[in-house]
Amino acid sequence: MRKRIQTWWQFFFGDSARAFGSLSVILLIALAIAPAKDRFREWTRYQRQYVRLIRGRGEAATLQRRFQGGLQQIWMPELGVTDRCGTCHLGLKEASLSDIPTQPFRPHPPIPHSLTEFGCVLCHRGQGAATDVEEAHRSTLAWEEPIVPARYLESSCGQCHWNELTGTPQLNLGRKLLAHYDCLSCHVLKTPQGRRVESTTDAPSLEHIARKTTREWIFAWLKNPQAYAVTATMPNFQLSDEDAREISAFVISQSTPYLPAGAAAESGPSGDAAAGAAVYGESFCASCHATQNAAGMLVGGDVGPELTRIGSKAKPEWLAEWLRNPKIYDPDTAMPHYRFDQKMLAPLRGFLEAKTDSDLLANVHLEPATPAQISHGKTLVTERGCASCHEINGVKKPDNFAPELTVVGSESLAKIVFAPGVSHTLPDYLQAKIRQPHTFPGSKMPQYAFAQPQVDALVTALLAQTERARALPPALLVAGRVESSYRPAGKAGQLMADMNCFSCHRIYGRGGDMAPDLTWEGSAVQRRWLVNFMKNPNTLRPALIRRMPRFNVTDAEAETIADYLLTVYQTPDFDRDALEAAKFTAADAELGKQLFYSKYACQACHILDPQNDKGYIGPTLTQVGARLNAAWIFHWLKNPQALRPGTIEPNRNMSDEDARALTAFLMKENREVAKK
Amino acid sequence: MTRLAIALFGLAFLAGCNRTHKPPATAARTFGAAIVEIGGGKQVGGIGAPLDQPVVVQVNDAKGSAVAGALVEIRTAGGAAAAPDAGLTGSDGQFSSMVSLGGAAGRYQVVALTRDKSGKAVELRLDEIALGSQQQLGRVLNDQYCSRCHDPESTPERVSNHDNLTAKPHAFTEGAVLNAMSDADLASIIGYGGPALNKSPEMPPYGYTLSKPDLESLIAYIRAVADPPYRSKGLIYARY
Repeated sequence: MRKRIQTWWQFFFGDSARAFGSLSVILLIALAIAPAKDRFREWTRYQRQYVRLIRGRGEAATLQRRFQGGLQQIWMPELGVTDRCGTCHLGLKEASLSDIPTQPFRPHPPIPHSLTEFGCVLCHRGQGAATDVEEAHRSTLAWEEPIVPARYLESSCGQCHWNELTGTPQLNLGRKLLAHYDCLSCHVLKTPQGRRVESTTDAPSLEHIARKTTREWIFAWLKNPQAYAVTATMPNFQLSDEDAREISAFVISQSTPYLPAGAAAESGPSGDAAAGAAVYGESFCASCHATQNAAGMLVGGDVGPELTRIGSKAKPEWLAEWLRNPKIYDPDTAMPHYRFDQKMLAPLRGFLEAKTDSDLLANVHLEPATPAQISHGKTLVTERGCASCHEINGVKKPDNFAPELTVVGSESLAKIVFAPGVSHTLPDYLQAKIRQPHTFPGSKMPQYAFAQPQVDALVTALLAQTERARALPPALLVAGRVESSYRPAGKAGQLMADMNCFSCHRIYGRGGDMAPDLTWEGSAVQRRWLVNFMKNPNTLRPALIRRMPRFNVTDAEAETIADYLLTVYQTPDFDRDALEAAKFTAADAELGKQLFYSKYACQACHILDPQNDKGYIGPTLTQVGARLNAAWIFHWLKNPQALRPGTIEPNRNMSDEDARALTAFLMKENREVAKK
Repeated sequence: MTRLAIALFGLAFLAGCNRTHKPPATAARTFGAAIVEIGGGKQVGGIGAPLDQPVVVQVNDAKGSAVAGALVEIRTAGGAAAAPDAGLTGSDGQFSSMVSLGGAAGRYQVVALTRDKSGKAVELRLDEIALGSQQQLGRVLNDQYCSRCHDPESTPERVSNHDNLTAKPHAFTEGAVLNAMSDADLASIIGYGGPALNKSPEMPPYGYTLSKPDLESLIAYIRAVADPPYRSKGLIYARY
């Protein structure tokens, strides 16, 4: 053996010439290894596959000209992007490859951003610099951010876009739910600029709760809020009977009277429930409140609480006081002060009191509570964080009650305690945490009753909260809509606050979006019509089920509000009196009529002549000449979105002549209708 | 002795392998002759997400009455998945499964399969539609601007205006009509209104209200939901 080695040694390194020759060969082999190694890498295999794929196609020459071999990299240090995805995904920009069914050669579907300006990982996440499949796509030990699953892809838009994008319904829904279900009262969630996102639901104050409802109802509600109302936003805390008994005892005991002693007015007996149903309907309570109908379907809006079983909850004396003027019990309520008279109030109370559910409180029998139970109830209220959402006498609103969510989309997997059976990815963890919070040891989070699409939407919104979003250049961030703090002044301002116009209408960036934005309303409408409308809001849009209710205002109140609206809410773009209806000629109006019915076919959406026109998408125009100003109609026809952003009436790119003729027709034709 | 050890090792090895295999599907107790759709076909969902409604199929015998206890398999491709992907029909002869779609926009074929007495496969093919980001934007715009007239069905929240129009608008699922129109024609009629193609002025122009990408996404949505499915004609040389 030894001898054989010696012979070999002699053969290769026996003298200097042999040694030089052998070493040269070794060096040559070593040099050849590096390029050979690249040849066997995964990505070169894909590139060879791609070349073979395009060779047989009709557009081969074009594709081949655009093909670049070797590692492809997009590097944008300011965005933190180093992407080599294009090394294997070679057809990303080739629209002609759309028939290729599988990755990696599919073209990228059209998106609003340029691939070269934003790269891949900004939206898809994953490890951009990696050049093999496993490393780039999945989470490995060294890299915790895998590709985000397609179902949550909208989350990536949310990293920069805090505004409501039209194309991201899931993200928008998720953000809405976070605010609507009061998640943000316990959890802190901040925008990259550091602004805390506020909850949009104002959970009721419990400071005077004993006047409103009974301890038995509170007990049943605490045990299962959804048994009282399927739409309840309050989660189920899965309390034991004993805990629910003690919390209800404490909540009742801390309640203080809200009316000075002896101030409670005599409300008289409640009236006929059937007549009350008519008042409920006429007052358009269903615009905000839902009730279950006989078929079990929910009918009505979601601004106020569901009223299906209100009779089992509200005490009759509280209900009477609340309906008379809700602002006394809760100055911040979204419920308007309706100014009902006794004739309406009594039947309405009767109708609501009759909405009971005998099963709800059938098995609730509570013994009077001992002081020890009450004080334990207070401890429980503090532990469960009730005061995060509700005002409670003697319990301070806790700070940082639940973990902050600002960067939850970048949460390190190593820091997460997974419940058994949950696969170890961040989206799956978030899904499980929202669906079954109680399976996580030590979790204080209550049980919500979300449907699957809602959970998906919430996970999408949470995955948008990344570290990367905070590091992006501020110029890329698109700020969201922030409610302004606008308050109208004076007597009209008080009236508008009293009737809660802002619960439905938006003015100067504050208010709801159920009803039209009134920011420029003063330029739009005529005084006489507005005063009449305030007193008796007639139907403008027949297809809508949400309507403006009648607030039973006095003449003086209607005039005060009308004058304020007409004076303050005027657009600076034009003078509302610039076009005088009297100056239009009959020829103008005749031309307008032709244009209305033939060229622009306005009757497809509007009813002007109730005998023949049927369209009911836009407002009815039978009264339009007495409702709107000529100048407003003219400018509206020219560009509706300029006056009310987001209105669905399309801009018709109308000439001044056409708009003028149509205005003349609309102003005149109405006067005839009005005369009848 | 050695042989026994090798045999034992081999058995243990195979037993280890077995864990990655699927457990054998439940054996069918009865057999049907036909499989029909009860619901869940032609749903429109987002990419990678589960569909809203389950896919429900029913196994019938030769006389057309429901068969309980027949084995149904649900087969999917292209990243779509069904849960459960196999099982026996219930006492009503029905089997339901939640289908989630793959990560790319397009149509996914879901095949529901059962075997008759002779072991021959009887299949039912259902199409499900996954919307990508562009089509999703189109869907939102459709809900906002188009569906009030183009969708003849009314919902409690939205009353359809379809029947109030002299020229009845085509529902976007009417592939037979809309597939024959080119992208350019659709862009013209949406952008410039019905008269652009000698059609009714009741279709107003949206080109001054919506942007070009908005119009493109509406067209992409119309193409996505067409029934029969839309197939693009010829090669595209464009580059994004």
